[in-house]
Amino acid sequence: MSSQCKNEFCGSAMSACRRLLPLLVILLIALYAVGHSPPIAADSHGMEPGTAMMGGDEAASEAELEPAPRLNRGDYPDIGTSSRGIVWVFAQMHLFFGALVLAVPIFVLVIEFIGFYTRDDRYDDMAHEFMKVSLTAYAITALFGGTLALSLFLLYPDFMSYMMRAFGSQVLIYALLFFLESMLLYIYYYGWDALRYGNRKWLHLTLGLLLNGVGTTLLVVANSWSTFMMAPSGIDPATGAITGNLWEIMKGPLWNPLNLHRFLANIAFGGAVVGAYAAFKFLAAKTAAEKAHYDWMGYTSNFVAILAFLPLPFAGYWLMAEVYAYSQQMGILAMGGILAWLFVIQAVLICTILLAANYYLWNGMARTEGGERYRWLVKYIALVLILGFLVWVTPHNVIYTGSELARLGGGHHAVLGPLGIMPAKNIAVFLMLVMTFLSFQLYRRADREITVAWKDWGNALMIAIYVVACANIVFAGVYYGYFTNTVYKVGSSVLQVMSTVVVIVSGVVIDTLMFKGAKKLPVYWGKVSNRSQYALFALPIAFTWLMALMGYIRSSVRTHWHVYAVMKDNSPDNFIPELATVGNMVTGITLLFLIFVLFIFWIANLSGTRQVPPATEGQAATAGGAQ
Amino acid sequence: MTALFKALGFSIALILVFASVTYVLPQVRGEAPEEEEVNLGELTMDDFVAMGEKLYRGKGTCTLCHNNLGRAPDLLTYNVVSVSLERMADEGYQGQAGDAETYLRESMVEPSAYVVEGFGKKGTNDTESPMPAVDQPPIQLSAVEMDAIIAFMQQKDGNPVTVALPSGDDAPAVESGEGAATPPALAQNAEEALAKFGCAACHSVLQSESPVGPSLRDVGKRLSVEQIRTSIVDPKAEIAPGFPPIMPEFPNMALAELNLVVQFLAQQDGSEQ
Repeated sequence: MSSQCKNEFCGSAMSACRRLLPLLVILLIALYAVGHSPPIAADSHGMEPGTAMMGGDEAASEAELEPAPRLNRGDYPDIGTSSRGIVWVFAQMHLFFGALVLAVPIFVLVIEFIGFYTRDDRYDDMAHEFMKVSLTAYAITALFGGTLALSLFLLYPDFMSYMMRAFGSQVLIYALLFFLESMLLYIYYYGWDALRYGNRKWLHLTLGLLLNGVGTTLLVVANSWSTFMMAPSGIDPATGAITGNLWEIMKGPLWNPLNLHRFLANIAFGGAVVGAYAAFKFLAAKTAAEKAHYDWMGYTSNFVAILAFLPLPFAGYWLMAEVYAYSQQMGILAMGGILAWLFVIQAVLICTILLAANYYLWNGMARTEGGERYRWLVKYIALVLILGFLVWVTPHNVIYTGSELARLGGGHHAVLGPLGIMPAKNIAVFLMLVMTFLSFQLYRRADREITVAWKDWGNALMIAIYVVACANIVFAGVYYGYFTNTVYKVGSSVLQVMSTVVVIVSGVVIDTLMFKGAKKLPVYWGKVSNRSQYALFALPIAFTWLMALMGYIRSSVRTHWHVYAVMKDNSPDNFIPELATVGNMVTGITLLFLIFVLFIFWIANLSGTRQVPPATEGQAATAGGAQ
Repeated sequence: MTALFKALGFSIALILVFASVTYVLPQVRGEAPEEEEVNLGELTMDDFVAMGEKLYRGKGTCTLCHNNLGRAPDLLTYNVVSVSLERMADEGYQGQAGDAETYLRESMVEPSAYVVEGFGKKGTNDTESPMPAVDQPPIQLSAVEMDAIIAFMQQKDGNPVTVALPSGDDAPAVESGEGAATPPALAQNAEEALAKFGCAACHSVLQSESPVGPSLRDVGKRLSVEQIRTSIVDPKAEIAPGFPPIMPEFPNMALAELNLVVQFLAQQDGSEQ
């Protein structure tokens, strides 16, 4: 081995060690946690004198009956600032980056496979470039995870002790999975060019599949901690004593709904962040070729983000339905109690996402000559989206002064009052989703000239499906929402969900059949307005804010419980803060995330920058001087 | 760099727009319920009813569902006591209660004993209630707190309050939420009530004689019904001339017992002497 090779090898090894350092930190924290969690048979204040004399089984049996700790204010360390605030920031940052690094490999694998299948190197290059962004984010995820764990053990020691008692050795498995994920990630990224063609590509794709398998396992393991806190299982409900095994503790009623919701949301979020990267590169591009490349990359990322976003409301619906089934009180607190106001902000955020996604698609039609055929429809889609937005943000009631009440003639406005309740909002949301799919479908048709003999019948069928679905969404919302009692109101959503799904599925199927033998019109990548790229910035900003907001709501439905109905939160932060405080926190965290994302983009660019050797600089100067 | 600043400026502006929405919405803070120190020994029935209303709207979280939005029957819009009697007679009733008070207590700890049509858990054909047992976490009302809510429910429609006022001995139950306060048996008539609360120890009434307080045999002629009621509920409000201010309050006197005593004394015009 030459000395140069040795140096390269040492350099790579050192680099790998530096990357693995955060993971070592996490493993050490996990080992510390397990080591310092109270022995299973011990009382929270130490062993009872007689316990040491007990047989192993007897002691274990005693331990299983040890109740959840009952804490007083003095049991929480006081570090002079809000403990919840600190944990809030670290937890949310960890979740943001976790979402990014779990999502990016999912669609990278899909894009890589498309590239392999179509033999189009652009896909392969783009997938490789995405992974570069993901790699730096991975180290930051681990660092925030480690800091979060340390904060929790420092600020909430008794709570963490209880959680360790419940989950035990699972945290070690989690740490080991993290190691496996790291190894696979680095092999997948650094082995990209070495395993690029032929059978080796299959090996690379398999590595990608394993990487995603481990990543998704990490996600669902971590989700079980959150859902245990919301809806604990495997415990004695009266005392909080751990009675079940690890599987029983993990598979609480909210686990799978949250798994699905986070899985989809992560993909949408990851797609949106990478889309913003492409938009930034597009705006900074100097050549037409660069513009074309990043325009295409932005489009593909947006496509992935919106594709994952469309089914998200259905996953959210399942999660909330399970919340209601577990505890009606918890569900109402979220959707009709103090936290319900936050759904007005959610409306603003989701409408921003939908408007931005639609605006991007409408602008994208300029890339093809065929887009002109559908431009007339845009104003009607925009009208429905704006009306939907207005209905969604109409509050049911707000806090009025006496004179305002007198002028209003009651607590609710005579005309706008009915728009404030859920049925009206459901109509608005589902119509907006249908319209977004319509924009997407028009965009897909923009670069094609359909030639099948039955195209008129196919179009008529598609139009009929849209009309019937929209009518059904409106009818179900109005009839079941306003003319039946609450129990049936919830049931009406099922009809609306089904109508929306029918539009999406039949749209995809009919178009696939109609596109057979269609004439392809030329697509001019890069021929899109700069303005449209700001829609790609709006998407991740709204997604980030939305994720932080919904995460807060999901966590706050526990109110003053660390573990709902089992372990009370008696810390000074056990209240639900005012909305402006929530807004400030979420805004601060989003800005922090933005700064870190810019850092990641900068690092990703830096890796492609090469300094000109000094001798070459001299030669260049000489050459320049000679001219 | 221009592209970076434009992208950054746009992103920050959008973030601030989202933040500003939180400022225009009502600023409500959700406090965790605190265990209130209530001196049960000094509690009057009015205080107890007020405590019940506070619990109904606060810690009990009853109004989350029992409101005009149709998720559960709105208990404030009808006479709960008379409806309770109808429900106990319904063939769908699965409980053990024999009177409205017991029915109301049972409905809080075993909500599925009777499920109002249309308000059952989905798919159970109204055999299972979605309401949580209020004596269990997360609500965890104590026996005294449940009694207070029953008192509020009874009194809001002008029904006699049958639950007994808790005594000072019940105080730990309020703080810990454990154990049940066993209410003393209610007096069935005025004579029993006078005997139960020891009125004859100081007043001449019925066949008893005592010079410590003013005679009650002609109190109906001297005082109005309201004055009699006030003199029992708040004995120090007006002291009869020539007598020491030593009459105690009767925190354990149920509203029904108070009504019996007031009604009896209002009829005492001295003619039976």
